[in-house]
Amino acid sequence: MPSRRRPAKRDVLVRIRGLRFYRGDRAIFDGVDIDILRGKVTAIMGPSGTGKTTLLKLIGGQLRPSAGSIEVDGQNIHALGTRDLYELRKRMGMLFQSGALLTDLNVFENVAYPLREHTDLPESMIRKLVLLKLEAVGLRGARDLTPAELSGGMARRVALARGIALDPMMILYDEPFTGQDPISMGVLVQLIRRLNDAAHLTSVIVSHDVAETAAIADDLYVIADGRVIDRGPPAKVKASGSAWTRQFMQGLPDGPVPFHYPAPPLGGDLFAA
Amino acid sequence: MNAVLDWLAALGRAGFEALARLGRGHVLLLGILRGLGPLARRPRLLLVQLHSVGVLSVLIIAVSGIFVGMVLGLQGHYILSRFGAEATLGVMVAASLVRELGPVVTALLFAGRAGSALTAEIGLMKATEQLSGLEMMAVNPVYRVLTPRFLASFLSMPLLAAMFSALGVYGGWFVGVGLLGVDDGTYWSQMQAKIDLEEDVYNGVIKSLVFGFVCAWIAIFQGYDCLPTSEGVSRATTKTVVHSALAVLGLDFVLTALMFGK
Repeated sequence: MPSRRRPAKRDVLVRIRGLRFYRGDRAIFDGVDIDILRGKVTAIMGPSGTGKTTLLKLIGGQLRPSAGSIEVDGQNIHALGTRDLYELRKRMGMLFQSGALLTDLNVFENVAYPLREHTDLPESMIRKLVLLKLEAVGLRGARDLTPAELSGGMARRVALARGIALDPMMILYDEPFTGQDPISMGVLVQLIRRLNDAAHLTSVIVSHDVAETAAIADDLYVIADGRVIDRGPPAKVKASGSAWTRQFMQGLPDGPVPFHYPAPPLGGDLFAA
Repeated sequence: MNAVLDWLAALGRAGFEALARLGRGHVLLLGILRGLGPLARRPRLLLVQLHSVGVLSVLIIAVSGIFVGMVLGLQGHYILSRFGAEATLGVMVAASLVRELGPVVTALLFAGRAGSALTAEIGLMKATEQLSGLEMMAVNPVYRVLTPRFLASFLSMPLLAAMFSALGVYGGWFVGVGLLGVDDGTYWSQMQAKIDLEEDVYNGVIKSLVFGFVCAWIAIFQGYDCLPTSEGVSRATTKTVVHSALAVLGLDFVLTALMFGK
């Protein structure tokens, strides 16, 4: 097996080195190295509050790291000027947890939005492209609905269609499976994998839904306490010797992450004056 | 001793936070003004906002204008008739409206009707990640969302104030001439003779332009700067109305002093 630790530079789309990020005095990330490989589905997992969404915002250039570097397609994203940053963002799609659809536009106009903003295509071409993108997520028939009329899963699929409207090189998914019923969860899981392979995308999923994410990811990173504590293909991470990883992957209530929030002993607390 | 130190520390923190907010407000204003160029290429964005900020405020402004004018007619007639000066009722009504009540009351109503709506809309767009979403689509949310709303508010305010004053004059006429028997011709001719275009009308327009600028700035900044939670949005909406009202009344004194305080 070729060394996973040092993939060839041209295979790496996002290279994160020595990333540190503080919120107040709290270190969200404290020296994180991540390589996201071209054409692969990379999942970044960890319990709630480990800053997974923050990581996506750092990759998208919406937040600045306290230290360390993030290179996207060879460009250090935090050294770019606004114009170059916006050019790079046109080649990234991001799927927000809520979908983040524009509530004053219907489904069709939401998907058409990036095309209208960034291209000079004629209306007939925009219509064809939008219908194709909606077809890819199975919602061509829902084009006239407003965002308020969509279920959570449908809103995410529309957001996905919008995310791929400009044929990006990479899509960032923020908790795509949270709060989905089993059917729409299955739909999303399949969709992410299929789109990745069919459109030669690179996908980054941040999630804490272990089973679904492990099922479609090529690479897993497990983050806790601001550090990467495990990495590798899902099978390898699942078999990890780390007690922490085992607790997380198997959903055990107690382990290195205690069930109890730190507190004084119960007896003393109950009978305190 | 400790309590005093804590109090001082809290005071300092509040001071720094206020200064920081003031700084963020000015940075945002610069960003909004920089968006005027790009907006010129997409006038449709402005039209949509002119409708929701301006046209939809017409009803409340019109109704309030008529009632304020009618009250002015009543009160004015009551006082002026004591001196036998009912003939100048038209001047009194028009001057009060054009100089003061038109710009000020319009701005207060505008802050309640349109300013609060702007804050809530922008705050919710922030809370539902729509602004973040635009950024990630390589669309500048300040240019695309905030600048059209700002310009629409700024342009609507003097027009609404003009409408308020005009309808108020008719309200005063209805009460004074229609109900209390002031001479019709005198009402209008006195007004025509005594109301000065420069001193009265222009100064009123300047006031409402200033109020429009300030109300739009406050409403948009509060929405953009709010905590992205339901509590944060509700507090920002309240702040918009309170700050706008205080700013309008305070600025009105300053402007009046500059214009008429010889």
